[in-house]
Amino acid sequence: MKVLVCMSVVPDTTTKITFTDNDTSFNAQGVQFIMNPYDELALTKALDIAEPSGGTVTILHVGPADAEPAIRKALSMGATDAVRINAVPTDSQFVAEQIASYAKDKGFDFILTGRESIDYNGGAVCGLLGALLNIPSVNVITQLNISGQTASIERDIDGGRETLSCSLPFVASAQKDLCEPRIPNMRGIMAARTKPLQVVEPATSQNHVAYSRFELPQPKQGVRMISAENPEELLHLLRNEAKVI
Amino acid sequence: MSVIVFAETRDQQYKKSTLEAVSYGKEVAQKTGGKVIAVSMGSAADPSILGNYGADEAVTLHGTEFSAFSPEVYAAGFAEVCKAHGGKTIIISNTYSGKSMAGRVAVLLQAALATNVVDYPDTSSGFRVKRGVFSGKAFAYVNMQSDVKVIAITPNSVEIKTYGGSAAVSAHQPSGLPSSSSRIESTQTVSGKVPLTEAEIVVSAGRGMKGPENWHMVEELATALGAATACSKPVSDMHWRPHSEHVGQTGITIKPNLYIAIGISGAIQHLAGVSSSKVIVVINKDAEAPFFKAADYGIVGDAFEVLPKLIQAAKATAAS
Ligand SMILES: Cc1cc2nc3c(=O)[nH]c(=O)nc-3n(C[C@H](O)[C@H](O)[C@H](O)COP(=O)(O)OP(=O)(O)OC[C@H]3O[C@@H](n4cnc5c(N)ncnc54)[C@H](O)[C@@H]3O)c2cc1C
Ligand SMILES: Nc1ncnc2c1ncn2[C@@H]1O[C@H](COP(=O)(O)O)[C@@H](O)[C@H]1O
Repeated sequence: MKVLVCMSVVPDTTTKITFTDNDTSFNAQGVQFIMNPYDELALTKALDIAEPSGGTVTILHVGPADAEPAIRKALSMGATDAVRINAVPTDSQFVAEQIASYAKDKGFDFILTGRESIDYNGGAVCGLLGALLNIPSVNVITQLNISGQTASIERDIDGGRETLSCSLPFVASAQKDLCEPRIPNMRGIMAARTKPLQVVEPATSQNHVAYSRFELPQPKQGVRMISAENPEELLHLLRNEAKVI
Repeated sequence: MSVIVFAETRDQQYKKSTLEAVSYGKEVAQKTGGKVIAVSMGSAADPSILGNYGADEAVTLHGTEFSAFSPEVYAAGFAEVCKAHGGKTIIISNTYSGKSMAGRVAVLLQAALATNVVDYPDTSSGFRVKRGVFSGKAFAYVNMQSDVKVIAITPNSVEIKTYGGSAAVSAHQPSGLPSSSSRIESTQTVSGKVPLTEAEIVVSAGRGMKGPENWHMVEELATALGAATACSKPVSDMHWRPHSEHVGQTGITIKPNLYIAIGISGAIQHLAGVSSSKVIVVINKDAEAPFFKAADYGIVGDAFEVLPKLIQAAKATAAS
C-alpha cells in the first residue's frame, strides 16, 4: 500500500489576521504556522490504514523551506517520508497542478487531502487533483476503509451523509469525524529527525488567478443590550428593527 | 458567450442556493453580455421556473448516469454543456456537492476557479471577485485571469431577484461521459430540515447548555423560528451534538441573516466561522463574555431562565 497525503501549512487558529503593504499581503510577523488541522486527520487516517500492512505514507507539501518544522511534525506523527515542492503556493489550482505533476507516475493507491486549508479556504485541491489525475475524487469524507481494490467511504452531503464504494486509485478530502488526530510521541519525534525529506523543483504552471487585495470585515456598531426579563423585546427588535425574522 | 449556472436540486426541487446562483448569473450577464443558461441534471424539477430568477434557457441532462450524484460524471456532463453553449462564466453553489464538482469543472474547461465567493464580480477592469478567507476572519479580492471562469458562490451571499417569465427548456444528450468509478450505497438525509450552510436563521449553543439533555430547548427555539441548529466545537467533541453542527474555524463557516448564540463564550476560532452573519444575538450569563463584542443584540442572563421565555415569545410571534 502506497499512500500520498497532501499538507498545507497555515497560521495557528488563534491568529489575529492582519495585512501589510496596503492590504496586499498577509502579515506573517509573529504568526505561528501549523500543519493544517484537516491534514492531521488525513495523515492519521492514512497511517491507520497503511501501517498494519507495512505500507508507506508520503507527506507532500508545496511551499518554501520555512514549512520544514510542520513537515517534521508530520514525519513525527508517523509519515514514512516527505516531499517538499519548492514553490510559493499561490492558489489551490497552482498547488493541485504541482501535486498532480509529482504524483502522476508514482503509483499511489490513494491520495488524501484536507477538506480545506483554513487560511485560503479553497476546498478545491481534492477535486482539482481528481480531474488532473483522471481518478475519482470524494470530498468531505468521515469514514474510510480499504479492502482489496475497493474503498468504502462515508461522506458528508448537504443535509446528511452518504455511504459509497469507490475503486482505487482515488483522492479524498478529510472532514472532521474521520478520526482523532495523532499526537507525536517521543519515539516518533526522534525518528522524524532522520527520515528522508526530498526537495523537488516545481513544474512550470500558469496562474489562473491572482490575489490583489485583502479586507477585514466591518467591525460591529456595538451591542444593544436587552433585559433578561424581557425576551419579547428581543423578538420585537429582530422583527421590526433588524428585520431578520 | 454565455453564463452557465449549475441548478442543484434537493428532493426534486431547486434549492434556494440555486435560485441565488441563477440571480447571480443574471447579474453577471448584465455586465458581460450573453445569455444565462441553467443546467439541471437527473432531476424531475421543472426547469422553466428558473426563468423567473433570470435564466434565459434551461438545459436538462437525464439518464441513469445522473440518478445519483457523482462529481466525475456530473462535472463531465456539465462541462460538456458549458462548452456546447460557449460558457465563459460558470456559476456553481458553494455547497458540498457544488464544491466537489467545481474543481473538476475548472480543469475540464481550463478555467480559473474561485470558491467561497461572497459578492458579485467587479468587471470594470478585468474580472475580480471577493471571496471569504481565513475562515471568515477576512476577505480577499481575486483577479480571475483565464478566459473561462468558474465561480462557487456561498449560499446567502446575494439576494434572489425575480424577473417573471419562464426559461425555454431543452435536453442535452451527453456524448463523452466517463463511467463512474464510485457507487453510492445509501444516503441518509435529515429531511424537512434546512441544511446549516443554507439556513437563514441559526440557533447555536455551547458548553453553557451543560449537557445534551438540555438541547430540547435549543431545538424548540429553532423550530419556532424556522431555524437550523449549530454548536461550538467542544459540544461536538463531547458528542453532545453531531459534528455536522460544529461551526467555527475548524468546523463549518456560515453566514445566516440571524445567528443566535446561547452559552457560547465567543473564542476567536468560533467567531471565525460565524462573524459574517448579518445579525448576531448573544445570550450568556457572563456579561464579560467576549462574544458580546461581536454581537448586535445581547442578553446577559442564565440560558435556563431566558430560553423558556424566549421560546414562548417566539411561539406566540410565529402564531400571530
Ligand atoms: C485548533 C483549535 C481549533 C478550534 N476550532 C473551533 C471551532 O471551529 N469552533 C469552535 O466553536 N471552537 C473552536 N475551538 C475551541 C475554542 O477555542 C473554544 O474553546 C470553544 O469555542 C469554546 O466553546 P464554548 O463557548 O461552547 O464553551 P466555553 O468557552 O466553556 O463557554 C461557555 C460559555 O457559556 C456561558 N454559560 C455557562 N453557563 C451558562 C448559562 N447557564 N446560561 C448562559 N450562559 C452560560 C459561559 O459564561 C461561557 O461564556 C478551537 C480550538 C482550537 C485550539
Ligand atoms: N501548499 C500545499 N501543499 C500541499 N498540499 C496542499 C497545499 N495547499 C493545500 N493542500 C491540500 O489541499 C487541501 C485543501 O486545500 P484548499 O483547496 O487550498 O483549501 C489541504 O487540506 C491540503 O491537503
